[in-house]
Amino acid sequence: MTEELDAGLVAGRIAESDQMSEPSAEREMGRARRRKEDARLVTGRTMWTDNIQLPGMLYVAFLRSPMAHARITGVNVSAARSRPGVVAAYSGRDLAGEQGSLPCAWPVTEDIVIPDHPPMAVDEVRYPGEAVACVVATDRYRAADALEAIAVDYEPLDPVLDMTEALAEGAPKVHEAGNRAFTWKFAGGDIDAAFRDAPVVIDRTYVQQRLIPTAMEPRAVVATTDGDGFTLYSATQIPHVLRVMLAMTTGIPEHKLRVVAPDVGGGFGSKLQVTAEEVLALLLARRLGRPVKWTESRSEGNLTVHHGRDQLQRIAVAADRDGRIRGVRVELLADMGAYLMLVTPGVPLLGAFMYNGIYKMDAYDFTCTGVFTTKMPTDAYRGAGRPEATFAIERAVDELAHELGIDPVEVRRRNWITREEFPYTTIAGLTYDSGDYEAATEKALAMFGYDELRAEQADRRERRDPVQLGIGVSTYTEMCGLAPSRVLGSLSYGAGGWEHAAVRLLPTGKVEVVTGTSPHGQGHETAWSQIAADALGVPFEDVSVLHGDTSVAHRGMDTYGSRSLVVGGVAVLAACEKVKERARELAAHLMEASADDVEFDGGRFRVRGTDEGRTIQELALAAFAAHDLPGGFEPRLDAEATFDPDNFSFPHGTHLCAVEVDTETGRCAIRSYVAVDDVGSVVNPLIVEGQVHGGIAQGVGQALFEEAVHDADGNLVTTTMADYLIPSAADLPEFTTGRTETPATSNPLGVKGVGEAGTIASTPAVVNAITDALRPYGVRDVRMPCTPERIWRALAEAEAAVPGQAPATGPAPAAVPGFAPVPTHGSTPGAAPPPAPASEPIRGFVAPATSESAPEGGAR
Amino acid sequence: MIPAPFDYVRPASVEDACRVLADAEAAGDEVKVLAGGQSLLPLLRLRLAYPSALVDLGRLPELRGVADRGDHVYIGALTTHDEVMRSGVVREHVPLVALATATVADPAVRHRGTFGGSMAHADPAGDLPAVALALDCVFVVRSSDGEREIPAAEFFVDYLEPALGPGEVLLGVRVPKLGSGWGFHYEKFHRTAQAWATVGVAVAVRRGDGGAIEEARIGLTNMGPTPVRARVAEAALRGVAPSPAGSNGSDPLREACAQADAGTSPPADLHARPDYRRHLARVLTRRAVGAALG
Ligand SMILES: Cc1cc2nc3c(=O)[nH]c(=O)nc-3n(C[C@H](O)[C@H](O)[C@H](O)COP(=O)(O)OP(=O)(O)OC[C@H]3O[C@@H](n4cnc5c(N)ncnc54)[C@H](O)[C@@H]3O)c2cc1C
Repeated sequence: MTEELDAGLVAGRIAESDQMSEPSAEREMGRARRRKEDARLVTGRTMWTDNIQLPGMLYVAFLRSPMAHARITGVNVSAARSRPGVVAAYSGRDLAGEQGSLPCAWPVTEDIVIPDHPPMAVDEVRYPGEAVACVVATDRYRAADALEAIAVDYEPLDPVLDMTEALAEGAPKVHEAGNRAFTWKFAGGDIDAAFRDAPVVIDRTYVQQRLIPTAMEPRAVVATTDGDGFTLYSATQIPHVLRVMLAMTTGIPEHKLRVVAPDVGGGFGSKLQVTAEEVLALLLARRLGRPVKWTESRSEGNLTVHHGRDQLQRIAVAADRDGRIRGVRVELLADMGAYLMLVTPGVPLLGAFMYNGIYKMDAYDFTCTGVFTTKMPTDAYRGAGRPEATFAIERAVDELAHELGIDPVEVRRRNWITREEFPYTTIAGLTYDSGDYEAATEKALAMFGYDELRAEQADRRERRDPVQLGIGVSTYTEMCGLAPSRVLGSLSYGAGGWEHAAVRLLPTGKVEVVTGTSPHGQGHETAWSQIAADALGVPFEDVSVLHGDTSVAHRGMDTYGSRSLVVGGVAVLAACEKVKERARELAAHLMEASADDVEFDGGRFRVRGTDEGRTIQELALAAFAAHDLPGGFEPRLDAEATFDPDNFSFPHGTHLCAVEVDTETGRCAIRSYVAVDDVGSVVNPLIVEGQVHGGIAQGVGQALFEEAVHDADGNLVTTTMADYLIPSAADLPEFTTGRTETPATSNPLGVKGVGEAGTIASTPAVVNAITDALRPYGVRDVRMPCTPERIWRALAEAEAAVPGQAPATGPAPAAVPGFAPVPTHGSTPGAAPPPAPASEPIRGFVAPATSESAPEGGAR
Repeated sequence: MIPAPFDYVRPASVEDACRVLADAEAAGDEVKVLAGGQSLLPLLRLRLAYPSALVDLGRLPELRGVADRGDHVYIGALTTHDEVMRSGVVREHVPLVALATATVADPAVRHRGTFGGSMAHADPAGDLPAVALALDCVFVVRSSDGEREIPAAEFFVDYLEPALGPGEVLLGVRVPKLGSGWGFHYEKFHRTAQAWATVGVAVAVRRGDGGAIEEARIGLTNMGPTPVRARVAEAALRGVAPSPAGSNGSDPLREACAQADAGTSPPADLHARPDYRRHLARVLTRRAVGAALG
């Protein structure tokens, strides 16, 4: 008999095999549970926002600006209104009276410029893809067709594309108030003293290219109203923050607005936003009195999901000749794009405390200027500020090592905080509670085979092998577990960083955990169940985790910044502890003992020294029946807890990357990659592993593949996945992962957070490896993404500067001929040639005359 | 990413298809033949093409399959990439086709995309047109006026422009068997596993009894608005004995391949500018010839 492939059956089998492989009496904490979510997800029984169908639903399509910067002189939607199936069509002007302004919750300075940000452009478009009109129709096809009937008159304005030019006198303005959004400064120690007479100064400028977050699930919104209240379903990471912000922006009273994040397929920060489409969907539902849906296409997403990174970093490191770092000075230009969105200005500042990395030093100085350009706004993207900081310091420390002829691992060792020195307050004012950089590094070096690879590298250099080997190291830490509310307040953020949990004990002894975190791929349902199972002594299978709906989980701060476990998981534990205290009181009452004599073990409350006991399930039923309760005892065991951390948490680790660079073609292939991470105590090693793998892949993406490219007119040319390349499994090596476990002392679980670690660590490890491979050829840096063409040009430039270093087959000098008048090929005809890559100088800070030498010229 | 409205026609025979195309031509309608849809549908979805109708050849079994026809292998236009690369006949007699097809996109695309569609799309970044050119394939096409044959050298007219009239359907491609003594290689340089070729080099090479190269055929992918033959390098390779580099440091193979980009006009795009493509063509040709020689 052939068996039908039945989703339910498959899901059941997966769940079953999981249970069979895992006996059920040990501690849950630390157990590699397969995720409860997965059987449902892999059998397609998900509720993505786009799967939601409501009676009478209408579909929205947006007409988007084909220009980076233009005045809108007219929008005519009347022809679109008469197209088949069209219910309504509006321009920005039609909505101007009620659409309000999209919020920025992080005014980082007193004098910050926060321009008005209409969800739909009214008078002027300021980035390509900005919505200028919309159609609402009975299906999405008719909506898309009717867009072609809308006429828009644009009067082109100068695009503003380059941050340095944007700040120059007389530059075209993105907004009336000018192109500088803010300048934010921070300092510790005497920076002038650190640099004065410093024997070595490394001064470098790095480009953090613009990235496009590419979550598996595109953004989607459904808005509906019953004439009184509203429900918004959105592929969001932040249902709670969104509800508060939408209530403030749209005027819909908070208690009349329910926000639901159904199944959400990845975010990486891109769904930590209050988007134009969310606001507009609510307004359209309100106007039309019918449910509306919008789902972005991938190309629409590349244009209008908020972008990430895009900073120009100048970092100077002053050091002694033995490699000891005296001080670090950082100047950043951060591209805000055209508007300040939810936390746009705060993103570079999340890195402000991290450019000192894991190192001790006497002085630190940081300045960041936020700049407006006519591009999509930037905002949080996996790591948000910290990958940028880690990249700059880890690249610069490598350069320092090279300058001094010291092994890059050794230079780090001479500067890092030693294990005896924790807790350690850094020059940036953070107190790192715990860590063991020695242990993680030793373990990584051993797993990597560092000495063997160095020997092979020497051999290949000797032989002038056209394929060179490079070794890159990155020893990172990060501040995550966002965040102590008091610290957020001192940084002018608009909200706090606590998290909430509720634990309900049902009459039959089963448990519902309600969390304010909002998982979108992280596996909270599994991990929170493990925490609750241990705390309450109930089976893992008896716990359900509810989340993502403001009418169910009414209080929360959502998921980002590797905060969910460190703040939200701890809140779950705290709520469980409260439940236990209530249960103990009830148990004592029922057993006629003093609560002090009742001890808890394995789900059972027992009178010390006797056999008399009650299980937590029996107590749940007793509370429900309420026949015999202590005086004043409310008939429930449920409890809630809100946890606000005292400190950030500081995961750390050592990543090592070996690359092979083909000097004839410029191709770089990762040969091996070792990651040893210390994320504190581990709730579920399988989930940790998944986060590390995905994180590394994303960091490698920045190092080698990804870049949002605009043409000279400011149009985005990387609008499809044929142009914006992200690595797949086929492009990545097997990652070798290991862990050291130094528990955090800042929370009772000892956990540190793992969501961003891989992304933060891997980018500099890869680029350090590439420069390590190419140093004998005179190459000092390759700008990201390190494409084959950029590597080839870097070799050509080095060869032109010092003939004879590059291989005999090296490229011709890097004179760049004009583009041949041939159309672009590949699968997306129409993409324009990009601006020149590697060989153009980095615009921005004036490079110092000699970047390597001491003032007296004594470095070499 | 939603195409503009279009009509859909599924003819029951090739004659039918030709009639529909002829009628449309007479009426001045722009209709498009649909094969695997892997190139056409993206154009429709990005609204870069607005055909009034699609004529789906998908249910015409006579256009599908591989046949050994003595001096050549015939590949039906609707044969999918996956079928081509698994065909024993193709692998045995025209292995260059199998090698290049295996580098096309990913398994999902290869199960839908067709051999004929790749040719008719005439994308110089596609991997198969350069192979057809190197092997001097013959394209068999049909319209309501009858059948005709087009040699590969005349098939690729310009960027995305094959020598097919609006009423013509590609039936299949004759791939000549080159006989014994030939070696083959397809060298594809691309940035990610599923990406299109930045540059690709298709090589067939035959050695004489003395070991020197007697004939080389080189087709280049993405080195101009159409696939191109590297004729100068082909000529330069004739007579070259592919020994290791001489003691005087000369390497005649490398020198011959250094002319691989002669006569090309490579495009500029996000992945490469022309001078880099020229460089890649030279390096990759050297590697491809080396690999084909075994
Ligand atoms: C993600 C992705 C990656 C890809 N990567 C590669 C790659 O690396 N290398 C590569 O070579 N290709 C690649 N392709 C393209 C793929 O090979 C397609 O299969 C091929 O280009 C077209 O074949 P098709 O059958 O899908 O044709 P369709 O898309 O159906 O048609 C393409 C064109 O040919 C015409 N046409 C098709 N069949 C006939 C016929 N019998 N007679 C007349 N006209 C016809 C159509 O009218 C249309 O103009 C990729 C495609 C995708 C979607």
